[in-house]
Amino acid sequence: MTLSMHRTLPADLKAIQDEMEGHAAAYGLDFFDTVFEVLDYDELSMFAAYGGFPTRYPHWRFGAQYDELMKGYSYGLQKIYEMVINTDPCYAYLLKANAITDQKLVIAHVYGHCDFFKNNAWFAHTNRKMLDQMANHAARINRYIDRFGTEVVEEFVDACLSIEDLIDPYLPHIRRRPAKVSQKKTEAEEPSRKQPMRFETRSYLEPYVNPPEVMSSLDDTPDQERAEHQRIPAEPQRDVLLFLLEHAPLKDWQHDVLSIIRDEAYYFAPQGQTKIMNEGWASYWHSTIMTRHGVTGPDLIDYADHHSGTMATSPQRLNPYKLGIELFRDIEERWNKGQFGPEYDTCDDIEKKENWDLELGLGRDKIFEVRRVHNDVTFIDTFLTADFCRRHRMFSFAYNDGSKNYEIQSREFDQIKQQLLNNLTNHGRPMIYVDDGNYRNRGELYLTHQYQGNELKLGEAQETLRNLERLWGRPVHIESVVDDLPTVLSFDGTDHEMVTL
Amino acid sequence: MPPGIERDVNRFKQIVRGKVRQNLRKYITQGEMIGRKGREAVSIPIPNIDMPHFRHGQKGSGGVGQGEGEPGQPIGRGQDPGQGEGSAGSEPGQHIREVEISLAELADILADELELPNIQPKGQDSIKSVKHKYSSVRQTGPDSLRHFRRTFKRALKRQISSDAYDPIRPVIIPTRDDERFRSWKDVSEPQTNAAVIYLMDVSGSMTDEQKEIVRTESFWIDTWLRRQYDGVQRRYIIHDAVAREVDEDTFYRTRESGGTRISSAYKGARIIIDRDFPPDDWNIYCFHFSDGDNWGEDNQGCLGILTETLLPVCNLFGYGQVQSPYGSGDFLRELKKIDGDWENLILSEIAGRDDIYDSIKQFLGTGR
Repeated sequence: MTLSMHRTLPADLKAIQDEMEGHAAAYGLDFFDTVFEVLDYDELSMFAAYGGFPTRYPHWRFGAQYDELMKGYSYGLQKIYEMVINTDPCYAYLLKANAITDQKLVIAHVYGHCDFFKNNAWFAHTNRKMLDQMANHAARINRYIDRFGTEVVEEFVDACLSIEDLIDPYLPHIRRRPAKVSQKKTEAEEPSRKQPMRFETRSYLEPYVNPPEVMSSLDDTPDQERAEHQRIPAEPQRDVLLFLLEHAPLKDWQHDVLSIIRDEAYYFAPQGQTKIMNEGWASYWHSTIMTRHGVTGPDLIDYADHHSGTMATSPQRLNPYKLGIELFRDIEERWNKGQFGPEYDTCDDIEKKENWDLELGLGRDKIFEVRRVHNDVTFIDTFLTADFCRRHRMFSFAYNDGSKNYEIQSREFDQIKQQLLNNLTNHGRPMIYVDDGNYRNRGELYLTHQYQGNELKLGEAQETLRNLERLWGRPVHIESVVDDLPTVLSFDGTDHEMVTL
Repeated sequence: MPPGIERDVNRFKQIVRGKVRQNLRKYITQGEMIGRKGREAVSIPIPNIDMPHFRHGQKGSGGVGQGEGEPGQPIGRGQDPGQGEGSAGSEPGQHIREVEISLAELADILADELELPNIQPKGQDSIKSVKHKYSSVRQTGPDSLRHFRRTFKRALKRQISSDAYDPIRPVIIPTRDDERFRSWKDVSEPQTNAAVIYLMDVSGSMTDEQKEIVRTESFWIDTWLRRQYDGVQRRYIIHDAVAREVDEDTFYRTRESGGTRISSAYKGARIIIDRDFPPDDWNIYCFHFSDGDNWGEDNQGCLGILTETLLPVCNLFGYGQVQSPYGSGDFLRELKKIDGDWENLILSEIAGRDDIYDSIKQFLGTGR
């Protein structure tokens, strides 16, 4: 398929784009050039299934997603209005069937996203030429399929995708290891191996006074110590994919496929890390631009309808659009009025606090700064306040093992915030590290799940282990907690095992 | 479908079909599909089609929500898919738990797996039906058949050429001459209709378990025959000492007590055939399920009716003997006496659910 399905934008949409771009730029939004394309729903669904890209490597999961999107659309359950991808230039796709008011809203929204992609620090290390990169990945995997056959490659891709989220999202931002491995330690620095006691003697008497067979039989204690010393990785490593790339016995093509999967996982990671902020920021700007400039008389009802539809809240699921936009507005107001800092925080007078207004007017600057440096976790950690939670009637809920229901747990600020941070940290997914690549000195792989009160889904974890074993080629283990007891799940290529520690 | 995604969608469907095929024996023996039947499709729960990941389970999970409510108030069931977990809406809905598959496709899978031959409808040349095909146009006809587009086009052409067309106010008024009507041709097509008559023994010795087996088996037979024929008509007969024609629902739910006189059912089948399905126009299928516990003196009469009136007109006569704790199973032995003379008589013994699979293969494996 050709890389670009580019069609020129119809004149009326082009006019809207120019208008919205003008407003966005006037407010100080800073974005890459943005290319809009209008698509039918099936095309848009295809792009959505492909994560926004026109060309991906062949895989059934994209087909499954497409099938689901099309079904959801034809049953009237869901509808995608727009898609935008983090590239330079930014590509944004509009649904042809959108009413003109919707297109205005969506275009304004897209400029918010584009600004966010360009300026948020967590996107700084993403590849802005990902469109080409994805096409390149597709070409490479297609080549392997031609050479080795669909099923062989697909099976391997499946195994890789099963652990694609075992990456270290902070890796692009931190140098965890020295760039170059330092020189090997000299003999002298090496901790001396414990030697069995020898009797001093003349050299020709040595074999008789200190017989070698006796000496070697005494030399068994340091085994464990030696193993400690050669531990791989030296410290628990979160980037399991990197560890596999460096240590798993992969063929060249498999190595390449795994590196492609890892590359794409890192590309998409920041979008998961900044969902609330990104959607909140884009919503803040579509709302600002539309209400001040975009909405003309007859648009008003449609705009209000769709905006409020996007902002709908539900008890079971926090709406990232809503939470994001409200937090940005809250920050803007607080910094406009100077409601921050120790003096404000320690003030006990409720009335005084409510009417606190230093007329600083710092709000706009502050939110621009926030969108530059924060991700969802730090955003919530820094700016969620008790007052905000109360105003938005937030609560935390938890699964009740007895009644098999999710139940409201608390309306206390601390608990809500803690719960929210838990859900956001690592995407609400378990933290998993490579602990030992030479477990029991048999080349087995030992992972640990950092247990934080939430157990793994057992059956799925075992299936994942099965896939991991395919990559590692030797038995694999994961230490976790099952039914409140520390447990190791293992898979040795044929059988699953579960051992309580 | 956009060309790019087509390959992936096809691959996905192929995988789904593969999974169904893998689990076909289970679906068949469990009868899981029947409850999920729609008009055209069944929805099938497919295990393990999701990509497995390390994920948190429900225990110890929670989230943050917005709205009214006191602590302790339930807000959702635990098993609801996609709810509760990853509450910030970070997880896309990737729960492919049930896929829909059309009955036709299901029949194909069944055929592949059981290696069923396609049915050769009898008398393909002799049985013809006349169909109307609307393939032409003429100048007269009823308004209901007026071809709007052609009429409009002709009127437009006429008005433009006679300079009566005003682009500012483009009103087109067709005259009698402009009008065109759809017209048909008679096409004779080979008739491929099938009539299926299900007969079931509902005497006291047939328990619910046996009926469930019959139900499952007839579902698959139906699915296959529908795939093979344009139209399938079904009739149901239950019998103990006397036979009754009933509707589908009653067929599966009736429980009678009393003796068994199979000949009554065969007579009933013959009556239905004479009344509704002239054998020259129909492909006729009979499936009889019983525990084989017939009233001894009746056996000879049954064989008589079978060989004289039913077997000569049926494409297939299937007799499935369901093992029951009470039945003696004598009837099968009787039928075996004439089994060799009639190619279209198929006998099958069904000891339990696990035999359904093979029994279907026996019935449908003949290609009749």
